[in-house]
Amino acid sequence: MSSESNNNWWIWKVFWILLVVTAIEVVLGIIKPQYLIETKFLGTILLNHVFIVLTIIKAAYIVMIFMHLGDERPALQWTIILPAVILIPYLLFILLTEGGYTHFMRF
Amino acid sequence: MAVVNNTDFGQAWKGGDKPLAASYGKLMMWFFLVTDALTFSGFLAAYGFSRFKYELSWPVPDEVFTHFPFFKGEYPLFFVALMTFILIMSSVTMVLAVNYGHKMKKKQVILWLSLTIIGGITFLGSQAWEWGHFIHGDKGAIITEEKEIIHLFNDEKEISSVYKFMGVDSYSKDRFSQMNYEQFVEKFKSQNKYKLKSSKKVILEHDDAVTLLESKGKDFVLGANLVKNEYGHALFADYFFFITGFHGFHVFSGVVLLIILLINVIANTYEKRGHYEMVEKIGLYWHFVDLVWVFVFTFFYLV
Repeated sequence: MSSESNNNWWIWKVFWILLVVTAIEVVLGIIKPQYLIETKFLGTILLNHVFIVLTIIKAAYIVMIFMHLGDERPALQWTIILPAVILIPYLLFILLTEGGYTHFMRF
Repeated sequence: MAVVNNTDFGQAWKGGDKPLAASYGKLMMWFFLVTDALTFSGFLAAYGFSRFKYELSWPVPDEVFTHFPFFKGEYPLFFVALMTFILIMSSVTMVLAVNYGHKMKKKQVILWLSLTIIGGITFLGSQAWEWGHFIHGDKGAIITEEKEIIHLFNDEKEISSVYKFMGVDSYSKDRFSQMNYEQFVEKFKSQNKYKLKSSKKVILEHDDAVTLLESKGKDFVLGANLVKNEYGHALFADYFFFITGFHGFHVFSGVVLLIILLINVIANTYEKRGHYEMVEKIGLYWHFVDLVWVFVFTFFYLV
């Protein structure tokens, strides 16, 4: 059993990474460091950018390791990743810009 | 240039080649997941749009989700963090099941699949509790004719419960009939230490608050539904029900798929087939559900 467990070390490594990153997010969400809240960047506070970066790190570990996308052929990797990384930021840019604009135009 | 040297095109045109070195089923699962990811990002982007548009009256999420089952008091984010942990844990057990599937170890696959199903059901139960608490509400609020949500605010600079103010048990069955708005306004007039906090986070001193209650105040808002909620802008609850509900439906579908998978594993279906690829395909779906939750957790509860 012990030799079998050793073959699974990479799974538990990713588990600990995901757990630690989530714990960091929760701690930051509760204490809300003053510096990260007061600094604004691209229309939102710096803390939110920290959350987004940490979330993308978690997502990358889940997709590349747990879903084994890292082991697939590069052509398949790009087929899956490209639509997401092109379309989602594009949609977010449009909707968030428009949301901010309509916020000012309501008054 | 392997293609130039390969003169036998026979198999290539019959679907014999696998240019992406992945089976049909696995490819289709990936393509479905890409489209599903775009659907969810559409929802979350729409949430972002509404939040930016109604920035002032949007509730602060970690002031809304502050409770933990069986514990009194406020523990912001802890329960959602636990739900995240449960889902990550069930993702780990799923990877282990896939891993043992590759090694054709039936008993281990059964063990880890069962644990994954338990994790999924636990998550669904947690979500049911979260929904129940959200619908029931916490401290209650006042709604004006302009559909603005106003909270009761005390001299300790925090939102206080309208139930406690009226001396009503918030868990009694006839709480709606016990809460009388006219009585509330009369009682508020006599209690100088109380103020109001508008949904735009402006504190109204006692005299201004009385004026507002008498001129524009309409009724209590207790809990949440699709039309109005006590936390803030009506759209907040709509998005909450829609996004976490759609994700919860994915988890539910995943649990159903996993149960069918487990029955098939026990019935030796994949032993006879010679491979456990079905575990891998449903595993992809299960990890995707976890992946979506990672984003919902950030954009609904943290940001």
